[in-house]
Amino acid sequence: MTTILDKPGFNPDRKYKIIGTSPVKHDGFDKVTGRAKFAADAFLPGMLVGKFLRSPHPHAWLRKIDISKALKVAGVKAIVTRDDFPEIKQGTGGGDMTRIAMAREKVLWEGHPVAAVAATSEAAAKAALKLIEVEYEVLPHVIDPVAAMQADAPVLHDYMRTKGVKGPDAERPTNIVERLVLSVGDADSAFKDADVIVEHEYDTKPMHQGYIEPQSCIANASEDGQVELWCCTQAPWVYRDRLTDILKLDSAKIRIQQSELGGGFGGKTTFYAEPVAILLSRKAKAPVKMTLTRVEVLKATGPVSGTHTRIKMGCKKDGTIVAADAELVFQTGPYTGSAFTNAPQAMFTRYDLKNVKTVSYEVVSNRPKVSSFRAPCVPQAVFGVEGVVSELANRIGMDQIDFRLKNAIVEGHKTIYGEVFTKIGFVETLKAAKACDHYNSPLPKGWGRGVACGFWFNRGGETAGTVNLAPDGTLTIILGTADVAGSRMSMSMMAAEEFGIPVDRVRSILADTHSLGYNRVTAGSRTTFSSGMIVVDASRKIIAELCRRAAKIWGVPEDGVVFEDGHCRPASSNVGDFTPLSMKDIASKTTYTMGAIAGHSEMNVTGAGPGFGLHIVDVDVDRQTGLVAIKRYTVVEDAGKAISPQQVEGQYQGGAVQGIGWALNEEYIYGADGRLQNAGFLDYRMPVASDVPMIDTVIVEVPNPKHPFGLRGVGEVPVTPTMAAIGNAIGEAIGIRPRSLPMSPPKVLKLIEEARVKGLGG
Amino acid sequence: MSRKHHITLQVNGDEHEFLCEPQQTLLDVIRDELMLTGTKEGCATGDCGACSVMLDGRLVCSCLVLAVEAEGTSVETIEGMASGDRLHPLQRNFLELNGLQCGICTPGILIAARALLEKNPNPTETEARYWLAGNLCRCTGYDKVIRSVLAAAAEMRGA
Repeated sequence: MTTILDKPGFNPDRKYKIIGTSPVKHDGFDKVTGRAKFAADAFLPGMLVGKFLRSPHPHAWLRKIDISKALKVAGVKAIVTRDDFPEIKQGTGGGDMTRIAMAREKVLWEGHPVAAVAATSEAAAKAALKLIEVEYEVLPHVIDPVAAMQADAPVLHDYMRTKGVKGPDAERPTNIVERLVLSVGDADSAFKDADVIVEHEYDTKPMHQGYIEPQSCIANASEDGQVELWCCTQAPWVYRDRLTDILKLDSAKIRIQQSELGGGFGGKTTFYAEPVAILLSRKAKAPVKMTLTRVEVLKATGPVSGTHTRIKMGCKKDGTIVAADAELVFQTGPYTGSAFTNAPQAMFTRYDLKNVKTVSYEVVSNRPKVSSFRAPCVPQAVFGVEGVVSELANRIGMDQIDFRLKNAIVEGHKTIYGEVFTKIGFVETLKAAKACDHYNSPLPKGWGRGVACGFWFNRGGETAGTVNLAPDGTLTIILGTADVAGSRMSMSMMAAEEFGIPVDRVRSILADTHSLGYNRVTAGSRTTFSSGMIVVDASRKIIAELCRRAAKIWGVPEDGVVFEDGHCRPASSNVGDFTPLSMKDIASKTTYTMGAIAGHSEMNVTGAGPGFGLHIVDVDVDRQTGLVAIKRYTVVEDAGKAISPQQVEGQYQGGAVQGIGWALNEEYIYGADGRLQNAGFLDYRMPVASDVPMIDTVIVEVPNPKHPFGLRGVGEVPVTPTMAAIGNAIGEAIGIRPRSLPMSPPKVLKLIEEARVKGLGG
Repeated sequence: MSRKHHITLQVNGDEHEFLCEPQQTLLDVIRDELMLTGTKEGCATGDCGACSVMLDGRLVCSCLVLAVEAEGTSVETIEGMASGDRLHPLQRNFLELNGLQCGICTPGILIAARALLEKNPNPTETEARYWLAGNLCRCTGYDKVIRSVLAAAAEMRGA
């Protein structure tokens, strides 16, 4: 059967009425008046408050937990510990999840939950937490992933053996989860053809996704085993399936409703308090609300993997890159799941390399489990790659963008992971960057200008949705993907475009898990693409049905009716002289035709168009303090087709500024005791308005032929090249490129002094 | 447990009263007792500005004010910003220029921005950026936030 995936109906000559405009987001009104309901904004009658007790130790055996005194505190209704969770074997997906939710044999990071209390007030819950007696047997800990790889490092899991190695190393307990080799051609030999080789080591630090809304949820478990869960999530169906796995529930008995999402960026793809709140609610026989504090968010929810990488690349004098070699170490926290395999697949994917060798490691240590963040694990690798690429271009005296153009991939390229690209817009992006005002503007004396490129696969995946036609001819759309920044509006726009009606006649809402089939996590820049495909497919089904109804009303054959601009019309004068029927005309008479009209679609969506971008940044470095000021910033990126240009710009700008934070300020600082020292927004400093300039954007549009409107995902690419571009700019300004994040004043000052000694830079 | 305190105050022009524990913050009470949840908690340490309100005409982080200190004061929250059917020019410009994405920081930014424009009807970009440096936004990169504020300022000046 032919589906929309085979025949998306993309028409390059189509003139859009709504797509490409930027109407006000329907969900915006409640957000500017304070009425939008985020997770913590809900209350239920009789609701209790739940609070966590967390480990003060980064690594210890959990010998004994005594809750008897705490249970006696007035107002305490339930306490949950490891004993309340079903036993699931260690080293399995469910086993890891249940142990992240609540420590079982061991505590594995400072902040690991060991108990939770539900009480009638926060004060009562806190009083009870103080009376829970926990006996720890403290163990040596390891924070740094490279240290964790050493033979004498404390081992977190006795059962862990490295996947992907053979011989005696495969038999020993280890912190190395996996060694992954991904290669093409013969890099070792190919380096012989290089005229110039550059090789360096790079460090990146964990940063937090930094959503302003701390995780919050309300669980309501009824006596017959039903559970209702309200929470902020990017992945209601994933939460459902994992919660049913670790709590041994039927899917039919848990209904998850997502709230407005106060930022996620990948960090709300996995749950924390939710299973605990469900167990507390079950025990207390009352709804339980759990809201994390900012300290808890920083200590116990997913940061991004820190990395240590070594990158080597070689090119000929004419600019052709002949080989690349990389070794990458990714920190994942105490359990596997960093998505590190993205890195070797994506790190060089934009250059036409015939000989690449990569060896990647994922390593556990005593830090919070990492979680997804825009283009998971790719920006860290790109930081090194684009640094080396820039240095190669400088060494052979070639313009930075020309060097990248010389090696740029085009349609038909077969990637290192096997995908063969259809139409891609990398060359167009590079050319747009070369032509943009920023790149052609003179650089003030003393400043540095850097460029860097990034790539993200963009994703599709399982998606379901429904479009309903109301008797008055308006449309309501039920979506399974989360709305992280305006996707409900983009869906309404796409439906309005397909029907040829004003977007104000369409509204989109976010479903609960009972209302639709499985929807994959809202991540990987898949949502506007995948749910957009579903909405267009469902809309086309409604249009076909409208034509059938019109044919019936007119008594003509179905192919005698066409649909345009919200009306069914006779296909030609031969069909007959009929007054066109509006959507309302037909929908208001469904009682007399064949009943209500709705379109539904569920698919494993394929055909996501890869995304490419280039960032240009000018920096001024204070030579006395090492402080880096971002003076000018431009994001150039291929959107395929911008559904709402304002929202696309917002993605570019937001991604770039998150990258600026990662580049210049953000890091987790641990003491020798393995405890996080900067668990607050004062010391974990994200960019504020006065840290950054306006972020200019250039939206390149090379349509993705696999989508009805040609769009590509745009959310991940904007953070992939940022740190590299800034590092390159600093290097141009001071003569030595920083290779360790964050590029904070003390580190940059050291490089300025080193450059002075070596007689480099300005 | 200590005895609760009885507090009366004005919120958005209306008389309100509540009982609070001595350790409760003004933010706790605004959200949990008065049920005005437009004011958000992002950090509870005065670093993110999501809980910004006006207290007797002064911009404060309501997480840093004890509820008992609010006796006899006048508090303005985001819920009181629009007048009747008319959005405040700041609210409208944030909508039209896409000055918000997820929207969690938006109420705090709007309250802080209004306080800026009351003091300084014609701020430069730099002045707006420094004034709003106490309001974290992780989605927008601030570009469209600042543009929205400057556009609202121009509109309010009749420029």
